[in-house]
Amino acid sequence: MNSQDDKKNLLMRGQEFLQLYRKVEGFTQELLKENERLRYRLAALEQEKSTAPCVPPEEVASLRGRLEQLEAEREALLQRYKQVEQENLDFANRYLEIEEENNNLANLYVASFQLHSTLDFKEVVQIVMEIVINLIGAEKFGLMLLDERKGDLYAVSSEGIPREQIPHTKPGEGTIGRVVKEGGPWIAESRPPGPPGAIEPQVVIPMRIKDQLIGAIVIYALLEQKQNFSPLDYELFNLLAGHAATALFASKLYSESERKLSTIQGFLELLKQ
Amino acid sequence: MANFRCLIVEDSPTMRQLIVFALKRIPELDIVEASDGVDALKKLPGQKTDLVLTDINMPIMDGLKLVSLMKGNPLYKEIPVVIITTEGAAEDREKGLALGARAYIPKPIQTNNLLKVVREILGL
Repeated sequence: MNSQDDKKNLLMRGQEFLQLYRKVEGFTQELLKENERLRYRLAALEQEKSTAPCVPPEEVASLRGRLEQLEAEREALLQRYKQVEQENLDFANRYLEIEEENNNLANLYVASFQLHSTLDFKEVVQIVMEIVINLIGAEKFGLMLLDERKGDLYAVSSEGIPREQIPHTKPGEGTIGRVVKEGGPWIAESRPPGPPGAIEPQVVIPMRIKDQLIGAIVIYALLEQKQNFSPLDYELFNLLAGHAATALFASKLYSESERKLSTIQGFLELLKQ
Repeated sequence: MANFRCLIVEDSPTMRQLIVFALKRIPELDIVEASDGVDALKKLPGQKTDLVLTDINMPIMDGLKLVSLMKGNPLYKEIPVVIITTEGAAEDREKGLALGARAYIPKPIQTNNLLKVVREILGL
């Protein structure tokens, strides 16, 4: 019994060993195949490496040089872009300045055109008043003319203030008189409130033809929204100083000559009868 | 070239010429002038008007009356009106705006401001 059991055990162990051996054999076969595949792969990679193109150092240097050149070009373009942007901004600002100048010239043209558009004295006075209101922005002002016989300035028209309230002034006396005697337009440095009811000139624009005094525009108050004077205002002061004087003088002369002509014509008609 | 008709209502010829001169910079504008509110009402019918610029202080019919009449008339109530006046005080501005005026330009007129307002209203 024992010897039979031993035989069976031995046979079973032999079979187990055989199965194990076959497994090991299979595993070894797989290892050999994998080893062979890897060797092929290694050989292929070595082959690839040996046939891959090699960049020469000169070319690398050249490419680096080109890269640096492109970087420099890019930097230069950026600088140029900034420069053009600044130029663009300068042009835009210049355009605005020219636009402003253009507007001012247009206003001066209109003022000048209107002043010389008529020989009617009343109309010229009206135009001067409109220019002072609409272009300068005065609220209270008077237009004074020189009475050559009496030698004083008197108001022929006013706005925002009764004409009678504007005192007659002799050249050399008071602010107005002093300014008309001295010459150019005068602007008060500050605007003191003064006593109630008192009117103090803020701007005096003497009107002259060469050295001959014709009159003066006296501004006592500006419109509420007019806070300060612009460059156009100073140009208008100069324009009024000259052109208004000529226009007023010419229209006054024309009116007087018309009146004299009609008197003479009437006299001639009388003589004919 | 003119696509828009603009009516300027102003009694002062100097001021009117000044406004016309400024608005001539806008080539799309066809400018029509009126010397007061009544004259403006005579010039409104017949042609389509796209904008009215009016002074407030005028003889015969002032600017506020003109705005009031325009806004009460179905034919003209949609026309945008811009008020131009020497009065800087808020009172006139509020009156005009309450009556239906679109904008307000104080005198002395700044040309740039005038052009800006007109361009904005007409979408130019």
